[in-house]
Amino acid sequence: MGSLESFWNEFAGWLPHVQLAHFLIVGAVLFALGIYAIATRRNAIMVLMGVELVLNAANINFIAFSRYSADMNFDGQAAAIFVIILAAAEAAIGLAIVLNIYHRFQTVNVDEVSSLKE
Amino acid sequence: MQLFDVVFYVFALITLLSGCIVVFSKNIIYSAFSLLFTFFGVAALYVLLHADFLAVTQILIYVGGILVLLLFGVMLTNNVISVEMKTGTVQAIPALIIAAVVAGTLAGLSYSTWKGVGVPAAGGPQTTTGTLGQMLMTSYVLPFEIASVVLLVALIGAAMTARRHRNS
Repeated sequence: MGSLESFWNEFAGWLPHVQLAHFLIVGAVLFALGIYAIATRRNAIMVLMGVELVLNAANINFIAFSRYSADMNFDGQAAAIFVIILAAAEAAIGLAIVLNIYHRFQTVNVDEVSSLKE
Repeated sequence: MQLFDVVFYVFALITLLSGCIVVFSKNIIYSAFSLLFTFFGVAALYVLLHADFLAVTQILIYVGGILVLLLFGVMLTNNVISVEMKTGTVQAIPALIIAAVVAGTLAGLSYSTWKGVGVPAAGGPQTTTGTLGQMLMTSYVLPFEIASVVLLVALIGAAMTARRHRNS
């Protein structure tokens, strides 16, 4: 039991205390993952998933700043609610557009739908 | 505070690992299902940030709505019967470099700027839902109404756009 406790203490000492910066770093990495998905994936639905990741990263930042502000004001959480509302609307419209593209071109690969170029 | 730290690290790990699976998986079904764990991990982070109402909203809307919608999109636009559900990537190496630079810059900037900012001593209002409801009815009433109009427009627009045209 003692060894377990000492191991626990050492492990807990190795991990730094969670502060505002930890949440911001998680948000930053999630944002970069979403950017990568938007930039590289050919499937339009994967691009939409990348957009959702980016919006989630922004929401983490909003709520983290709201929690760690001096008087814990709720403006960040209110902004996050509106982000979630717009994400729902964006997903519905995006999926409708993707379905239309699929009916017209028989593919959802965004690099093959290039008839506007000609 | 120790338990808080451990819970944070566990859920941050779940969020980022499943986010990596979403982004790097070749199979779009695997991506969609690991997006589920990403959303749950983000909801857990919201709970850790004392945003319980937003965590429930996240689960209801993202997992219950958006993820199901994305799965419907996957099922409707891929030939599910065929095994070939793989999706390619374009320009993976430059995008990987740019994404790494973005992540490093943002994380480094936020760490160097906000390092050492802990939980403020003064506790704010305790009831999240009541406070948010009052804010939506007072200081955020105009964005609230605009959001309802936007949702109505999105509803009608999505239904009109996705509808199959009769004579074509």
